[in-house]
Amino acid sequence: MDAIANGIVGPFADMVADPVFFLEVIVTGLMAGVMYSLVALGFVLIFKASGVFNFAQGVMVLFAALTLVGFEAVFRSMGLTAVPPMIPSLALTVIAMVALAFAIERLVLRPLVNQPDIILFMSTIGITFFLEGFGELLWGGDVKPLPIEQFGVGSGRYSIKIGGGQVLVQEIDLTAAVVAGVLVAALAVFFQRTRIGRALRAVADDHQAALSVGIPLKHIWVIVWSVAGVVALAAGIMWGAKSGVQFSLSLLALRALPVLILGGFTSVPGAIVGGLIIGVGEKIAETFWSPYVGSAIENWFAYGLALVFLLFRPQGLFGERIIERV
Amino acid sequence: MTLPNKKIGDVLLKVDGITLSFGGVRAIRDVSFEIREHEILAIIGPNGAGKTSMLNVINGFYHPQVGTITYRGVTRPRAAPYEVAAQGIARTFQNVALFKGMSVLDNIMTGRLLKMRGNVLLEALYWGPARRQEMAHRAFVERIIDFLEIQAIRRVPAGRLPYGLQKRVELARALAAEPTLLLLDEPMAGMNVEEKEDMCRFILDVNEEFGTTIALIEHDMGVVMDICDRIVVLDYGRKIADGPPDAIRGDQAVIDAYLGLSHDEPAPRLAAAREPVAAGEG
Repeated sequence: MDAIANGIVGPFADMVADPVFFLEVIVTGLMAGVMYSLVALGFVLIFKASGVFNFAQGVMVLFAALTLVGFEAVFRSMGLTAVPPMIPSLALTVIAMVALAFAIERLVLRPLVNQPDIILFMSTIGITFFLEGFGELLWGGDVKPLPIEQFGVGSGRYSIKIGGGQVLVQEIDLTAAVVAGVLVAALAVFFQRTRIGRALRAVADDHQAALSVGIPLKHIWVIVWSVAGVVALAAGIMWGAKSGVQFSLSLLALRALPVLILGGFTSVPGAIVGGLIIGVGEKIAETFWSPYVGSAIENWFAYGLALVFLLFRPQGLFGERIIERV
Repeated sequence: MTLPNKKIGDVLLKVDGITLSFGGVRAIRDVSFEIREHEILAIIGPNGAGKTSMLNVINGFYHPQVGTITYRGVTRPRAAPYEVAAQGIARTFQNVALFKGMSVLDNIMTGRLLKMRGNVLLEALYWGPARRQEMAHRAFVERIIDFLEIQAIRRVPAGRLPYGLQKRVELARALAAEPTLLLLDEPMAGMNVEEKEDMCRFILDVNEEFGTTIALIEHDMGVVMDICDRIVVLDYGRKIADGPPDAIRGDQAVIDAYLGLSHDEPAPRLAAAREPVAAGEG
C-alpha cells in the first residue's frame, strides 16, 4: 500500500519541493514539444487538403535534410566562400521539395483522383519506401552533421533566472520555437483567410464537389505538397542539427502520430498545442514518475495519452467534430 | 427578367451523338439533344437509363468515346470538370456533395472561388483590394442566402443539416458561381411535399430572375410536367423521346419504358428503345 501511495503522492511532492527544477523540466518539455510540432504540422497540411494521412511525411523530413546537407557538401567542395554554403543549398532544397511535389502529384495523386482515402494512404507508404531508397542513393546512407551555425544559430545557451534558480535554454531550441511559431501563424492565416486556403479545405472535404465548383485539384495538390515539403525541410533542419542527419529521422512520423491524435488531424494550432502537451507530459512523466514506476516512460507515455484521447475525444482537442448521419 | 411568356433563346449546349462505355457496359448510346437558352429542360427515364452519366458527360467528369459537345457555338475539346465550371456550368449532385465540415456560408463562398482573383499575400493580410473583394463576394453570397431563405443556418456546419436543407445549400453553392447553365441531379429526391414545393419555386425563380438555363433530372413526374419547358427521355442509354411535356405525356414509347410492356405483347423493351420517338408500339 505504501508503494502505491508513494507513487501517487510522491511525484507531486517532488514537484512542489523543488519548483525551479519543475519549471526547468517544463521548459525542456516545451522545447521538445516544439520539435514534435514541427513534424506534425506537415501531416496536418496534407490531411487538411486531401483527407489523407501522409505516411511519407517523416521520410520527407529525412529527404529534405539529406538534400540540404548533400548540396552543402557539394558547394563546400567547390570552394564556395563568399556566402556560407548552406544558403544556396537551402534555396536549392526548397526547389527540390517543390519539384518533388510536382512529381508526386503527376505520378501518384493524379491517377488516383476519386479513389477511396485508404488507396491514397497506401500510395503514401509507397512514396515512403521510394524516398528512403532514393535519398540514400543520391546522398549516401551515413550519418551527417548539419552545420546549422552557418545560418547564424550558435550553440550557446541562455539562462533565465527565475526565483532562486535558473533555467537553461539552448539557442537551437529557441530558434526551433521561433520557426515553429512563424510557420503556424503563416499557415493559419493562409488557411483561414485566403482563396487558396478555402479551396484547400474544400478539396479535403469532397473531391467531386470541389472539381464541380471549379477548383483545379492538381494545382491545389502541388501547392499543398510543396508547402508540406518546405515544412518538412524546416523540421529536418532542426532535427538534423540536434541529432545529425540520419535514417532515424524518417521514424519521426511515428513520434508525430500521438501529437496529431491529441491536437486533431485538421488543426494547425492543434499540431502545436498537441506537440507541447506531449513534450511536457513526456518530460514530467520521465522525471517525476520513473523513480516510482520504472524508467523509459518517455517511450510510451505519448502513445498512452493518445489512446485515452482516441477513447474519449477521437477528433482531438481542435479537430473538426466528427459528424455521422445515418 | 422575363415576362410570363418567357423567350427561349438559341441553342446553348448541344450534345451530339454521345456514346459512353465503361468497359463492356454502354451507359449512353448515340444520344443527341439540345439545351436552349433560358429554358428548363428535364432529363427523365427509369433507373439506370444514363441520366446522371449524361450530366457527368456535360460537366466533364466523364469523357465520351464518341460524340461532341458544343457549348455556346464552340465544340469543346476534352475538358476537365474545373474547366467546364470556369465556362459557366454549375451543378448539384444526386447524393448531396457538400463540404460537410465547413459552414454553410463557407460552402457557398467556395462556389464563388472562380470569380475571385488576386494576390495570396494581400488576402493573407486581409488588406486593400483583397478585403474589398472578399466583402463584395460576401455581399453577393448574402443575396443568394436571402433568395433561398437559409439565413438562419449560415454558421451551421453543412454536415449537420437535414437532407432537404443540404440540397438547398448545394443549390446556393451552384448559384454562387453565377452559372449560365445549371445542372441539377434530382434536386427533389427524398423531400416531402412542402420541401418539393419550395424547391420548385426556387428553380422557377432562378430561371426567371437570373435567366439561368437549367437542365434537371427528376423522378417526380408531377414536378417535371409542371415546371419544365421540354423533356428528354432516356431509356437503357438511348433517347426515346424529346419534346414539350404534353407530347411526352402521351408518348407510347415513354409509357412503355416506365410501365413496361404487357406480357401479351411479344415486343421486348429494347425494341422500343431502338426506335427513337416510336409512336405506337406492338
